[in-house]
Amino acid sequence: MTPELGQLALILALLLALAQGVLPLIGAWRGNRALMAVARPAAAGQAVFVAMAFGILVWAFLHFDFSVRYVAENSNLELPWYYRIAAVWGAHEGSLLLWILILNVWTVALAAFSTKLPEVFAARVMAVMGLIAVGFLAFTIFTSDPFGRLLPMPGDGADLNPVLQDPGMTFHPPVLYMGYVGFSVAFAFSIAGLLGGEMEQAWVRWARPWTNIAWGFLTCGIVAGSWWAYAELGWGGWWFWDPVENASFMPWLVGLALIHAQAVTEKRGSLRAWTILLSIFAFSLSLLGTFLVRSGVLTSVHAFASDPRRGVFILAFLTIVVGGSLLLYALRAPKVAGGKPFALLSRETVLLIGNLMFAVASAMVLLGTLFPLIGDAMHLGRISVGPPYFGFLFPLLMLPVVLLLPFGPFLRWGKGEASLLKPVLLRAGIAAAACAIVAAFFVDGKLKAIAGVAALVWLGVGVLLYALKRWREAPRGKRYPAELAGMLLAHLGVGVFVAGVLLTEALGVTSDVRMAPGQTQHIGGYDFRFDGVQRTTGPNWRADQGTITVTRDGHAVATMTPQKRTYPRGQVQTESAVDAGFFRDLYVALGEPMDAGNIEGAWSLRLYYKPFVRWIWGGGLLMMLGGFTCAADKRFRLKRIAESAPVGALQLQETRA
Amino acid sequence: MNPTRKRRLIIVALVVAAASLAIGLGVYALQQNMNYLFTPSQVQAGRADHYKTFRLGGMVKGGSIQRSDNSLKVTFTVIDAGGAMPVEYTGILPDLFRDNQAVIATGHMDGARFVATEVLAKHDATYMPKELKDAMAKAHANKKIEEAAAQDKTP
Repeated sequence: MTPELGQLALILALLLALAQGVLPLIGAWRGNRALMAVARPAAAGQAVFVAMAFGILVWAFLHFDFSVRYVAENSNLELPWYYRIAAVWGAHEGSLLLWILILNVWTVALAAFSTKLPEVFAARVMAVMGLIAVGFLAFTIFTSDPFGRLLPMPGDGADLNPVLQDPGMTFHPPVLYMGYVGFSVAFAFSIAGLLGGEMEQAWVRWARPWTNIAWGFLTCGIVAGSWWAYAELGWGGWWFWDPVENASFMPWLVGLALIHAQAVTEKRGSLRAWTILLSIFAFSLSLLGTFLVRSGVLTSVHAFASDPRRGVFILAFLTIVVGGSLLLYALRAPKVAGGKPFALLSRETVLLIGNLMFAVASAMVLLGTLFPLIGDAMHLGRISVGPPYFGFLFPLLMLPVVLLLPFGPFLRWGKGEASLLKPVLLRAGIAAAACAIVAAFFVDGKLKAIAGVAALVWLGVGVLLYALKRWREAPRGKRYPAELAGMLLAHLGVGVFVAGVLLTEALGVTSDVRMAPGQTQHIGGYDFRFDGVQRTTGPNWRADQGTITVTRDGHAVATMTPQKRTYPRGQVQTESAVDAGFFRDLYVALGEPMDAGNIEGAWSLRLYYKPFVRWIWGGGLLMMLGGFTCAADKRFRLKRIAESAPVGALQLQETRA
Repeated sequence: MNPTRKRRLIIVALVVAAASLAIGLGVYALQQNMNYLFTPSQVQAGRADHYKTFRLGGMVKGGSIQRSDNSLKVTFTVIDAGGAMPVEYTGILPDLFRDNQAVIATGHMDGARFVATEVLAKHDATYMPKELKDAMAKAHANKKIEEAAAQDKTP
């Protein structure tokens, strides 16, 4: 009976979402305050029903209700309770429900914090959020019902995909979705602005922390996914340019462009149309990402079953969202344009260059990801685009960004001074060159490693120089407002990330070897001794567990126990062993027994020495922290909007004159 | 020129420059990295002759997996309904690699054998990559595919 209640809750939520999506729009159009006031209570009601539906699904998983098809397909009696909760978003239907739940979290937050926005504008924003919810709820109810029954009820369920049975996987999707869905706020703002035909700077200021938080979550989700792929998939890589990774990377890139473009629009009023366009794209790519991953359009590790009805619905939904908002953009964008002019040498210009690079990189990734679909549609044959395509183009596009990054903060809005840039160029340049020369001796002249050190020093010194300048010039207490501190953190993160990537690639040692018990391999200064394989068992798996003792110059470093797990339904999963460190990771994965019947004999093993690999995720986490720190700036708090709103209007008139 | 126009001109110039550079490089990189998927019979019919690197898809022939005694070199035969192709690979095979499973190998031809640099296996017992199914269906009559699929399901 309870699963039907879940379904009922979803239907009620859909009705409320319709009310939230349609009535306030009519109210804003007609000037009817009663209709506009529907938005907030409708959103709250919808959130209650969605939370109820989600809770019922969690309950069904916890209580082994295998009469629910989705539960039976994704869990079984042996699955531990924490993975049964993770299984809620382990496949298509449940992950959609999670998406909707998170959308409601954002909507409720928006409803709570937007009370001081102009009534008409807030009503439109809430309505757009409601319309998005309508789309997703309808998709869930009509094509992907998580509460569908399976009768007669089976005695035991199937299994959660073993690659998902990992702590990293329990929080990767929710965090990622927080990011995806968070871009809906910026999107709703832009659409509301276009509908009203105006975009006050004060509103953009108000939207900025939301975008920053969304981007921070997305960064965190991608880092978690990358770390999970590294630890769990047994290939030791941290990024594969897999369609699914690309799906989350595209909105990240556009979101990155968006948070910078919003800064320009908020401070100077320029690039308004571009900011709006970016928020449309960021959200559209988030939608595309959600659907690409879960619909099975692209063959990939993450893809679940495909169903033609879903494909049609997705296509229609994407067409309405992308087509509709672009049409609205074409009609209304000229109305909202404006802002102050800027010189060639100005902060706006560098931000614009960065923006273009991120946008082009995103388009490049989009092309590479969808090319197999395009090729198929045009009957070019079965094509896949290899990772070298991305690996070649992406660094090339990011090179100007890395080179220009230290100068950005030193340039003034409107018109920068070249004289301020020269000392930065000299100091950061000399420091980077000096460190690169020193590094060259330590890394045997490997170019990538030298470039990595140079990039870190270049960006790090750039950040430091600006921090020093603020220390000297700004009054105490106002030296590092959160927005500025966040920027510095994130830019430092870029340096750490680039250094991590280049150093790992240049200095890492990978070795696939055949080892008999007692044999030793020497890799990256460490001795790996293989002590054989034994059987072991866990809550819902059996495994062959290898023991590898690692020593360095005779001193014990680590004892590593990689596993090859077999789950109840026969799925095999490699569980690698990682000895993590600040400067290096040691990584061991079991391949297979050389003689299939004899697990105590020789095995194929994958041994890695990965220097600085943690820096990749460390850099990502710094960027995330930067995003969150920016969002905490007092300047973005709502109470100041009331004071600054007339100023914003004044500025607008100024520019129009 | 007034400042607004100048700014617009700069923006347009930047966009055009970036776009043309990106398109040029993108086309180049795409051409270098497009991998076509062929089945053994398609390769034997000469379809893959123009491509240095391509992907070979099919089933691992039962009992064809041979390991070397002292290295990680492994040879096996990939079949579709009308052809067979010996494959050589050095390295660790994926978890799901076994007899009568669908695989996709990336690599190049060396004489009559295919030297793989990467081998991917399908992810679970009931799932065959859609593109592989299509490629095999294209090469052969549907009936034969169903037979192969039926064989695949019975261990």
